[in-house]
Amino acid sequence: MTVLLVALGAAVGAPARFLTDIVAAHYLGRAMPWGTLAVNTAGSGLAAFLAVAATGPAWTALLAIGFCGALTTYSTLSWETLQLAQTGRVLRAAANIALNLGCGLGAGLAGAGLAHLLGF
Amino acid sequence: MPATPRPPDPRPPLRDALGAVPVTVLAAVSLGGVIGSLARYGLLLLLPPEPGRFDTATFLANTIGGLLIGAVMVTATEIAPGRRHLRPFLGVGVLGGFTTFSTYIVGIGRAAAADAVLLAAVYAATTLAAALAAAALGAWATRAIGRRLR
Repeated sequence: MTVLLVALGAAVGAPARFLTDIVAAHYLGRAMPWGTLAVNTAGSGLAAFLAVAATGPAWTALLAIGFCGALTTYSTLSWETLQLAQTGRVLRAAANIALNLGCGLGAGLAGAGLAHLLGF
Repeated sequence: MPATPRPPDPRPPLRDALGAVPVTVLAAVSLGGVIGSLARYGLLLLLPPEPGRFDTATFLANTIGGLLIGAVMVTATEIAPGRRHLRPFLGVGVLGGFTTFSTYIVGIGRAAAADAVLLAAVYAATTLAAALAAAALGAWATRAIGRRLR
């Protein structure tokens, strides 16, 4: 049962990341990997909310491990950062890391704070 | 006062960009995401993260995922650029699902909240360094193998 919930969350999370990347590139261009930043920020916020809210093992499997795990990515973040650095855009590579960490942690704090506020 | 005509938008509408995505590509991303996520879930069962300890399972997923993304991207763009589903299935799907940024952030936050600030910093920095180095190594090794095969 848990395995199915993880799979279901991931089946939605991965294409959501793929489509977000297309939408972000459409509006903001590809000078910076904005799509990956967007999904990593959103996924971190939701995962931190769920970690504090402790909604139970089924929700954790479906939303935290499955959906947020597949929505966010470390491999694409690593590859895109490496590409920026290897094509001489070292400052953008550093900014990409700083933005993902900063926005991810910021969203995480906001998500955890919201869960506390709601009385979980 | 007559309305001034808007300058034409050089971009095609967003629905064209989204509509250009073949359904098979979307399905490949989804299926790959399920496979990668189940592998990560398996690692979590094998090496369950404990509060106040280094999350080895997620660290391994993100590092191995980095190594493999280097290999997949070099293969998809330089060695076999004609394979249209290679990158969506393996790169975006399997490896995107196998690695995770959200669990990484929650792990840093959990350690910091438990006053294990050093653990939080070490976990954050080692994952980042290992994933980047692994991606570079994966790309380099795949290029080297590709040259030998040619």
